[in-house]
Amino acid sequence: MSDEAVQRIAECLMNLPDYLGRHVQVSALALGIGIAVSLPLAIIGARSKALRWPTLTAASVIQTIPSMALLALFFPILVGVSYLTRRAFGVSISALGFLPTIVALTLYSILPILRNTVTGITGVDPAMTEAARGLGMTPMQVLAKVELPLALPVIIAGIRTATVWVVGIATLSAPIGQTSLGTYIFSGLHMENWIAVLFGCVFAAALALVLDQLIGLMQSGVSQRRAGRVVAAGLVLVVVIAGGIALPAVQGTSLASLAGGPDQEEQRTATAATKRTYVIGSKTFAEQYILAAAIRDQLSAHGLKASLREGLGSAIIFRALATNEIDCYVDYSGTIWVNHMKRDTVADRQAVLEGMTWWLARKHGIRCLGPLGFENAYALALRRERADELGAVSIADLSEAAGTLRIGGSYEFFGRPEWTRLRDAYHLAFAERKQFQATFMYKAVATGEVDVIAAFTSDGRIAAYDLVTLDDPKQVIPPYDAVLLLAPRVADDSALAEALRPLVRAITVETMREANYTVMRDRDAMTVDQAAAWLRERLAGSPSAK
Amino acid sequence: MPKCDQGTMIELSGVCKSYDGGASYAVRDVDLQVAEGELVVLLGESGCGKTTTLKMINRLIEPTAGRITVDGADVREQDAVLLRRRIGYVFQRIGLFPHMTVGENVAVVPRLLGWSRRETAARVDELLELVGLPAGEYRDRLPRQLSGGQQQRVGVARALAARPKVMLMDEPFGALDPLTRASLQDEFRRIHDRLGLTTLLVTHDMTEALLMANRIAVLDAGRLVQVGTPRKLMTHPASRVVAQLMETPKRQADRLEAIVQEKETHA
Repeated sequence: MSDEAVQRIAECLMNLPDYLGRHVQVSALALGIGIAVSLPLAIIGARSKALRWPTLTAASVIQTIPSMALLALFFPILVGVSYLTRRAFGVSISALGFLPTIVALTLYSILPILRNTVTGITGVDPAMTEAARGLGMTPMQVLAKVELPLALPVIIAGIRTATVWVVGIATLSAPIGQTSLGTYIFSGLHMENWIAVLFGCVFAAALALVLDQLIGLMQSGVSQRRAGRVVAAGLVLVVVIAGGIALPAVQGTSLASLAGGPDQEEQRTATAATKRTYVIGSKTFAEQYILAAAIRDQLSAHGLKASLREGLGSAIIFRALATNEIDCYVDYSGTIWVNHMKRDTVADRQAVLEGMTWWLARKHGIRCLGPLGFENAYALALRRERADELGAVSIADLSEAAGTLRIGGSYEFFGRPEWTRLRDAYHLAFAERKQFQATFMYKAVATGEVDVIAAFTSDGRIAAYDLVTLDDPKQVIPPYDAVLLLAPRVADDSALAEALRPLVRAITVETMREANYTVMRDRDAMTVDQAAAWLRERLAGSPSAK
Repeated sequence: MPKCDQGTMIELSGVCKSYDGGASYAVRDVDLQVAEGELVVLLGESGCGKTTTLKMINRLIEPTAGRITVDGADVREQDAVLLRRRIGYVFQRIGLFPHMTVGENVAVVPRLLGWSRRETAARVDELLELVGLPAGEYRDRLPRQLSGGQQQRVGVARALAARPKVMLMDEPFGALDPLTRASLQDEFRRIHDRLGLTTLLVTHDMTEALLMANRIAVLDAGRLVQVGTPRKLMTHPASRVVAQLMETPKRQADRLEAIVQEKETHA
């Protein structure tokens, strides 16, 4: 095994107690609530035919909602709930991470438990329930002493299915800010760290298997009346869950200080200390991880405490800032302009920046500290030889050949107004349209699976794969200046603003591209922390950046 | 002969059951008295209403009309659950709970009644011995580890657990092989007499009725067509239906006799 791989595994292992522990936490809690909700519902459903259909249908409908969507849906709902509780009781709840994850996972756990319990109870031989009634059992006694025990194997099978599902789906909670084994998978995917992806998958699968087997063992112990087995499996189950719940705390204190561990962890546990901890958000791609780490280091260089909330979805992160769930993150002027301000006209870089800054302050109380100096815009890109072949320099050169070309883009891109405008302005009728996660989009154009992609201009892979970006003579694509945004509650925090000011207009697009590429190249890849340090050394103007 | 001097234990008067609001009747105008200590068999073809009649006594089925008393009290004025705990009930399909041991099955009603652990355990052992299953050997077995006959012995023990005065039995030996059936019939009859039970037993098996009953009540299409001792039914059938019913065992006996005779002549 190469040193590279060993280093990456070591890096993964360092985060394991935290990620695994939090994964166990959310899974176990969601399953616990799921069981507590589904069993009574199922019992009512088994008793009443009129209620059985609606409850089972509702549970099935929930199941058909894609996991990612369900997880994300609870963020705006909880933001609303938080607003109401703050008005009513003066208490606000966090709409990020833990709560939406628990709610969504609980909903997913309901169907298998509900359906199996209903099937189990209605499947009990009527002779058994009649015997129970004939001997003088009350309806509750019939349920508790005869129906539930006889349905138990089927009910447990449902709980086991729910366990495997919930542990699997919990990996998808990373983009809404819940740390879990999915954090390995998502950050790994965005930074082409396949070892991290594999690491997350293997541990998630192992956790699902272990929990499934333990529950199975308990059930077989019950049905074979072997108390020893039941107690042993139960104890191991309790140890696994309790261990999971204790792990992140353990790492936060002893492990991190023992290993001189990641300062992120130290800061997380230091929340109780007198100084407040700033929460820095990041979206789900390499550039965002690096910038968030750089901001954190910049703050610690100024004696300010910071923690990271990584891998948040693009829509969620803005709401999180507006509602003070996070204090600071980097967004792009075009995103604010198009997605939030809903502008369909394109202005020049400076006008967009000014309009956006004014709008953010007025509408949300968000402070835009300024641009970082580089743009991360959309640009249509081709392999160099393909571009030469077509003689394409600007997007306009594609309009004729478009009918024979396939275009690839991120999931987001084809839903954005830029795409529609681009298509209409240049008369682009592509033969085929494919959507990819960014990593695979670059691979697809490199291997010729698609001809053109909607690339990101600050992405290191443009240079690495020798891609050519096309000009936009009609200026359809808005400018995407990276901008530092501060939450309303820290808008007037001068210490924070002072600490971050050295980042403003200090990063060139070349520097950012190189930093982005260093974390995902196949050989000698840097860690995010190393890339952040590298980036801070190269801040334009002041080499020390202090 | 019925021991009428000891009083009536079960009484049905004008009992009707309709499942369709009176358009048709599963049981119609049944009047029947079972004296204390008596074993009465409800006899009839499948679907004649005999099981329905039985289940109305412990209110597993509620009658549409009529009055039923057990030990002098109207069953409809009592809590159905408490009523059932006072009446022993043996099921057609045995109905042992597969997730409970033999001992736990027998202990169901005593536990429902809140007996002490020691009292229940003693009663379980006593009953298992009574039905011919040594407690030490059988108490901790699961029902599936027993033969059909042994299972129904447990079923009888379970019904007797709380010392009921009245036993209701719904084709209790129907699922057993003939040898086992015969020995269980004899044994139950002995237990019945020894404990001074009052039993109403449902069957479509003529031989069983003739061998076990003090009196037989013949049901046909929901109506009671004749009530009397086995001898009376054999000698003075009140209707064609009863006569036909009685014919079958008689004819079987005659044919058996003929076979025996044939063999002897050959020998």
